[in-house]
Amino acid sequence: MRLELGKIKIRDVAFGSQTKVEAGTLYVNKDELAALVLEDPTIKSCTVHLAKPGQEVRIIPVKDVIEPRCKVSGPGGIFPGFVSKVDTVGSGRTHVLSGAAVVTTGKIVGFQEGIIDMTGPGADYTPFSKTCNVVLDMDPVDGLGKREHEKAVRLAGLKAAVYLGEAGKDVEPDEIETYDQGSFLETAAKYPDLPKVVYIYMLQSQGLLHDTWVYGIDAKRTLPSIIHPNELFDGAIVSGNCVSACDKNTTFHHLNNPVVKQLFKHHGQDICFLGVVITNENVTLQDKERSSSYASKLAKMLGADAAIVSEEGFGNPDADLIMNCNKLESYGIKTVLLTDEYAGRDGASQSLADISPKADAVVSAGNANEIIQLPPMKTVIGDLAVADIIAGGFDGSKAADGSLTVELQVITGATNELGYSNLRGIGF
Amino acid sequence: MAEKKFRVVHYLNQFFAQIGGEEKANIPPESRAEVVGPGLGLKAALGQEAEIVGTVICGDSYFGENMEAASAEVLNLIKEFEPDLVIAGPAFNAGRYGAACGAVCAAVQRELNLPAVTAMYPENPGTDIYKKEVYILPTGGSAASMRKVLPKLAAFALKLARGEAIGDPAEEGYIARGIRKNIMTHKPGAERAMEMLLAKIKGQPFTTELPMPAFDRVAPNPPVKDMAQATIALVTSGGIVAKGNPDHIEASSASKFGKYSLAGLDNMTSETHETAHGGYDPTYANDDPDRVVPLDVMRDLEREGKIGKVFEYFYATVGNGTSVANAAKFGAEIAKELKEGGVTAVILTST
Repeated sequence: MRLELGKIKIRDVAFGSQTKVEAGTLYVNKDELAALVLEDPTIKSCTVHLAKPGQEVRIIPVKDVIEPRCKVSGPGGIFPGFVSKVDTVGSGRTHVLSGAAVVTTGKIVGFQEGIIDMTGPGADYTPFSKTCNVVLDMDPVDGLGKREHEKAVRLAGLKAAVYLGEAGKDVEPDEIETYDQGSFLETAAKYPDLPKVVYIYMLQSQGLLHDTWVYGIDAKRTLPSIIHPNELFDGAIVSGNCVSACDKNTTFHHLNNPVVKQLFKHHGQDICFLGVVITNENVTLQDKERSSSYASKLAKMLGADAAIVSEEGFGNPDADLIMNCNKLESYGIKTVLLTDEYAGRDGASQSLADISPKADAVVSAGNANEIIQLPPMKTVIGDLAVADIIAGGFDGSKAADGSLTVELQVITGATNELGYSNLRGIGF
Repeated sequence: MAEKKFRVVHYLNQFFAQIGGEEKANIPPESRAEVVGPGLGLKAALGQEAEIVGTVICGDSYFGENMEAASAEVLNLIKEFEPDLVIAGPAFNAGRYGAACGAVCAAVQRELNLPAVTAMYPENPGTDIYKKEVYILPTGGSAASMRKVLPKLAAFALKLARGEAIGDPAEEGYIARGIRKNIMTHKPGAERAMEMLLAKIKGQPFTTELPMPAFDRVAPNPPVKDMAQATIALVTSGGIVAKGNPDHIEASSASKFGKYSLAGLDNMTSETHETAHGGYDPTYANDDPDRVVPLDVMRDLEREGKIGKVFEYFYATVGNGTSVANAAKFGAEIAKELKEGGVTAVILTST
């Protein structure tokens, strides 16, 4: 399977009469975009905002971040199972508006969505302070249930990203990345002397605002399975969660999985990247046992010598992480774990809810409990009042001047466990 | 910078101050406006940038038995020298001295708001108690390592005095405090994971970013074959003690356990027992201590012949912020006594 990923660098975003990309600027017809979102009868209102790097803007509560993409050639379309039909994606050519993002916000669904600051200390912790953001501020119709509300805003974000992505269809990309990987047998035969590496991609699946979707199916209703890495680039995996936003993979993260990028980079050099096993993080012990057994078995069947495992979330999924680690290691598969920590505000508590002596190679994306001060911003998109109740916030988080004292976990992507960012936890 | 030397006070016990051994361990705090014992080596290592302006000395037993008062007295003596920095020890593997060095440094930081540092053997009990709040440099088990550690201690102390940022333990050479912090690196986590994986595959050394805590998983014993003949003991970390807490077990971070007779007792009441535990609402435990240590039902089982008998003592400590090291020590001592007492099985209750 061969995919060309054409990256169109977006350096600015502006409203315009026509949605288009011109000389690195994404112009957005906001009425057309809002009308598209409002096709959904469960969404009452939609206001389109722009938030650019360096602006004094705070977006709260953030539900998802999505990168605009479009399919130029090859089967299927972006976000199969949602915006497109469920044809297999991952081959042909896809264009990316690199540097642009759709951010969904509006009335809170649960208690636990994120914050993006476009400048100031908070901006250092989120990758989305560096993107030109098209922000959809949406409210649901009165009386809409939480599940329907979450679904409506999730779909709106995906539709908007595809709508904007289409503007790049006929634009010559600044850069083309090619990802080519054949069958397991071909791949293994090509590099017989290199260690075979499999990526175990854990998908959050604990329930409302804790869900992930694969080709439109809820990951908690799936057995672990194998996915071609190229499928991720076309949006085969979609985020349905934003609880404790620091360590949840937004759809943007799934589209730009940095572990997959690393494995491709080293493929044929010092490793042979065999493939990706997706598994879930369900809440019952039986589910955890089954999924970890199944995922590690798949890695074994593929002939993996080594594996990288990325967690999504914390606490309960720590049990899944450690089960995966133990089972992979007992098959003799050398394993590295990617996680983050909840070591308390003082950093003195045990970081993970479960541990194992086999977990001897762990990368930490940081302590999500660490306190951070966020100064007031001139503009708030969304609803600042929720700062006291979102995860990582607490009673009194919001000062009268609009500044916030919060745990790092409120910041979207701050301790992302795909290892997207540079933050790390360290022992002192 | 070098115009004004940092003023250093050095803390020593009676032994290293060359006053005497165990027979002098009960001497109260005293101070001298001079360099004493290991202070000579320390002075040399500190060089031109700092000067030891005084030495404060206290007997280890005196300090250990009067922690609060001794600590206050020591602090007062330290304060009189108007120091910029306090160095305690090194204490090597002397347990009470290590604890005193840790306590003095912690108090100096807390009360005088001054930097402080000590050094001791990693297995010195003082390490476990104070490493979270105090920088402790590792030493060998005996004073034979004095010459090696003093330059390191001096260099680290000067860094503290200058107000320089202290890096991670691997880089700075202090004993890891177990405090997790965030730092911004130059490499995303995925790249660090890839590098770690490559090293692990090749069998090359790598350093995990999150060391796992110590593991001590105990495999359960086989079931008791004949309960009707078994002697069952009750042990709790729920803090149930004889009324009045005669052993003064701490409400948190217990340093000891208690042993209490059950002879002639059919159950525990608010008249006979109470909880010393500071980590939960004690109302229900104090109303009826059987809720934590189920003596009442054990006596029923004894009468019904379902168990042989209840062991004549129960053991208790407070499992509230108690260090794993202390808990393991209590466990080993209690197990030894139970074994000698012919106990078949134990019921452990928490809270």
